[in-house]
Amino acid sequence: MADDQSAVGRTVLVGSGFSYWRRKISSGFFTALFSSSMLVVLLPLILIVGYLFYKGAASVNMNFLLHRPAPVGEPGGGMANAIIGSAYVVGIAALIGIPIGLFGGIFLGEFPQAKFSNVVRFVADVLNGTPSIVMGVFAYTVVVLPMKSFSVLAGGFALGVMMIPTVLRTTDEILQTVPNSIREASLALGVPYWRTVLSVILRSAKSGIITGILLAGARVLGETAPLLFTSFNNAFFSYSLTQPISTLPVQIFNYAISPYRDWHRQAWAGALVLVLAILIANLGMRAFSRQKDEHSV
Amino acid sequence: MTTTPEYTTGIVTEDLKAYFGKVQVLKGISISIPKSMVTAFIGPSGCGKTTFLRTLNRMHELARDARIMGRVLVDGTDIYASGVDPVLVRKKIGMVFQKPNPFPSMSIYDNVVAGLKLTGRHKRKELDEVVEKTLVQAALWDEVKDSLKKSGASLSGGQQQRLCIARTLAVGPEVILMDEPASALDPLSTAKIEELIFQLKDKYTIVIVTHNMQQAARVSDNTAFFYIGELIEFSGTRDMFTRPKKKQTEDYITGRFG
Repeated sequence: MADDQSAVGRTVLVGSGFSYWRRKISSGFFTALFSSSMLVVLLPLILIVGYLFYKGAASVNMNFLLHRPAPVGEPGGGMANAIIGSAYVVGIAALIGIPIGLFGGIFLGEFPQAKFSNVVRFVADVLNGTPSIVMGVFAYTVVVLPMKSFSVLAGGFALGVMMIPTVLRTTDEILQTVPNSIREASLALGVPYWRTVLSVILRSAKSGIITGILLAGARVLGETAPLLFTSFNNAFFSYSLTQPISTLPVQIFNYAISPYRDWHRQAWAGALVLVLAILIANLGMRAFSRQKDEHSV
Repeated sequence: MTTTPEYTTGIVTEDLKAYFGKVQVLKGISISIPKSMVTAFIGPSGCGKTTFLRTLNRMHELARDARIMGRVLVDGTDIYASGVDPVLVRKKIGMVFQKPNPFPSMSIYDNVVAGLKLTGRHKRKELDEVVEKTLVQAALWDEVKDSLKKSGASLSGGQQQRLCIARTLAVGPEVILMDEPASALDPLSTAKIEELIFQLKDKYTIVIVTHNMQQAARVSDNTAFFYIGELIEFSGTRDMFTRPKKKQTEDYITGRFG
């Protein structure tokens, strides 16, 4: 009896008994399950980047970064033209994808009561899930066939169309998170609506929108399928909009399926450069979103 | 209808009805709010006082499916007449909100001059003057004069609300609508805001919505009591709190309901 009383009167700090240990063990089990799942998520990235470094790092040198491909059998050569070409094609894609995605996203975010908003959102989501090779076929039909030539323009068009839904939806979603009080504060000062959107709302949402744009850019930078029959390939430096151009993913693809060991090495190096570029874009994106957190607190 | 003090200028509403979709929030409000005085709107939650306030500078219509019927005359001009630009109405009739809402991405300085910068070009010197003048008016100058470049969001809640008042003053309104401006603030900040209202009433017509009846009694010249979308009583504040004419008013201000 005396023991019972003391147990009621004082909190027991040392656990014991069946139900206590069952709780302990199941807690430990689930903690292990969730943390190992997290590791499984990380593992592929670590393995891929690690393997790319292992296979490709040795071949990434000044020669690789500054020269165009050498003919078969000749030593040396690099992917400088493909690196420039990728930047060129993604640049054209950005010129197409960012304005359309941005303006469409602003419309959706700021005029949510418009009747066809949900239709546009649905279409954008479907477009987002469309296989990229279909975009390539589309661009081939719309740009390559009429122009009778593979071109930077066609590749940029294909990637640009792919960027639109990503930019559109992130802009739309970010704008909806801007508190209504900010909107009202500006309108109550007698600021016209268009000016409120441009100078107050977009300003508050800036980092989120830039994040969306970088995400869209990083995604299309690695696309191969839509470029295979749009921008095609080119063994030389080319700056013409209407000429085919070499891009990193396509160059990697061509080298990887070739029978030459030297080209395989270059393909690994190209893959490493591509992954690092996307990684850097993602890190930049993180920096932007962190910056936003600091300001809003 | 209750007897309302008669004024020729100021804000006059005639049978003003407000709706959100099919829901009628205001059931025909007729009131005459005098110029250069403080008018308080009191009443229990959901009585329509905030909605009414927002019809006075056409902020009400920004909500989805919101509309009004009736007239709102400001110095004799119907602000809902066709051809009247709501943007210009809001410039003349400023608003301070319940929750301080400085622009988070702007500095204190930019917050104050936001209304000016976003509606036209101004000389730097002119803006500097406006910033100092309105921050002094809003009793915030001494606290922030050395940190005008800092983010508006870095200030305390009470300071933010005074910043919002300075921002409203900067566009040069004639009327200031305040929607429970001190309800999110501590007693000391509340006292500062009330003091501020007292200072400002010489130059501006002020309409303040408040849940706090002591506050209404302290700051206002006239008080309007709203109940479920209707204006029950409108009279001088002293009369309202000492000799209410309606039973409902008396019940509310003595704390029997609401």
